[in-house]
Amino acid sequence: MSTSPRSGAYRAAIAPAGIVAAASALLLALLVLPVISLLLRVPPGVLLERLRSPVVTQALWLSLLTSLASTLLVLGLGLPVAYLLAGRRFVGKRVVEALIDLPMVLPPTVAGVGLLLAFGRVGLVGRFLAPLGITVPFTVAAVVLAQAFVSGPFFVNAARAGFEAVDPQYLRAAATLRSSAAYAFLRVVLPLSVPALLAGAAMTWARALGEFGATITFAGNLPGVTQTMPLAVYIALQSDLEAAVALSVILLIFSFTLLLALRNLPGRTWR
Amino acid sequence: MRGLLLIAFCALLAFAPPPAWSGPGALTVFAAVSLTEAFTIVGKILEQRHAGLRVQQSFAGSQQLATQIEQGARADVFASADQRWMAYVQARGLIAGATSEFARNRLVAIVPRGNPARIGRLQDLANPGVKVVLAADAVPVGRYSRVALEKLTRAPGFPQDYAARVLRNVVSHEENVRGVVAKVQLGEADAGVVYRSDVTPTSAPLVLLLEIPERFNVVAGYPIAVLKAGTNPDTAAAFVSLVLSPLGQRVLRDHHFVPVKDP
Repeated sequence: MSTSPRSGAYRAAIAPAGIVAAASALLLALLVLPVISLLLRVPPGVLLERLRSPVVTQALWLSLLTSLASTLLVLGLGLPVAYLLAGRRFVGKRVVEALIDLPMVLPPTVAGVGLLLAFGRVGLVGRFLAPLGITVPFTVAAVVLAQAFVSGPFFVNAARAGFEAVDPQYLRAAATLRSSAAYAFLRVVLPLSVPALLAGAAMTWARALGEFGATITFAGNLPGVTQTMPLAVYIALQSDLEAAVALSVILLIFSFTLLLALRNLPGRTWR
Repeated sequence: MRGLLLIAFCALLAFAPPPAWSGPGALTVFAAVSLTEAFTIVGKILEQRHAGLRVQQSFAGSQQLATQIEQGARADVFASADQRWMAYVQARGLIAGATSEFARNRLVAIVPRGNPARIGRLQDLANPGVKVVLAADAVPVGRYSRVALEKLTRAPGFPQDYAARVLRNVVSHEENVRGVVAKVQLGEADAGVVYRSDVTPTSAPLVLLLEIPERFNVVAGYPIAVLKAGTNPDTAAAFVSLVLSPLGQRVLRDHHFVPVKDP
């Protein structure tokens, strides 16, 4: 095949590359420009000063704690669900799949209202908890629940995809070696799905960290108790743009660093 | 077949009337949340008087609107729930002409109809374990609530640390006054402080009112002004005139605002 500049083969080779480059440049620009605009607005000295203010340290601490808790909750509860969806066929599976995906399409504020109507003091479930002295709204638990609700689907879907991608040959081999289903899952499927599980966990954690609508509706907004970083940014935005930008940059740096760290966990490669 | 249907659908959309967000046929009003019902009616009256006019209203906390205006939002009229945020916008040279006070509001405490915390009088808000919801301090009604609490602290019959105890009972700082109403309405909060006008026909059946005596209450003056960034200054002026007219004042009074002119 001729590859001189005018030949069809050359043009055929370069055209897709050109489109790829152009599209990538546009998308990256869309992602990078707002970030750069934020970073350029705040001088590092101001950032460090803000980091010392109690509002910021409280919000940051709360954000990290609750997002970690909700991610662990999602991991714990989501793994069995993903296993169920990956392995078995059962009546109503499609409905369960749609339910799992629902939080992804529901506007977060709507999710918050739903959580309030379910677990609020006079809610469907909450009314039975109230006499026991358990009220969920306005507590840290509510923040964790709200985050888990909106970020759960990411992990479940990623984990399920990871499980389904395991070559059935390995499972058959395990079966011929007389391993139980549980053993096969723990020693064959799970280790092989770790990259997918980590990717899912990272997405879940990121979504939980950025959660706002459901949190402010269900958990409320109280510094030190329920005011996570996104809420702090929103409240600050209403009276002091510079403070809001500074908070945004702090959150940005933390999130980016942690995401980068997760992606570079030693020994794990990403698909 | 499906492809054809999709094309037909898109073609239909192309003929749909575009939303009139700017241009001579549209007026954009930024107003405090507490004005939602009253201003919606005023907007409709103006639409009837000017054929082809569409009044678009954005209701949010005054602090939020002021920030948006500062950041370049192209609104024609701004109605704030307090002088502070109007002054904020005015100081940045964004107002065309003068501001006028068009209504007043006063505070009231509300509790859910079932009154779970058994609140019988204002002093009960300081009882331990009562879940109080207030608007955030940056929100006009939030600031006024805290001022009223301070006034009550110095009143006879109220403990020295009344305000401090009530503030300790606060479980959420809502970002606008309707957030407070919602939490109380739902029964999630035991009590909240809102404007008298926020007890709308919709929420009235779900809450009980606790009046705050005049001398401890805060009379909130609502200013209105035409904005420089607007695209429709004449209609904006007409809107303001309507609000200040007897008809407009009557609408506001019907929604439990205190009119500034005799309706």
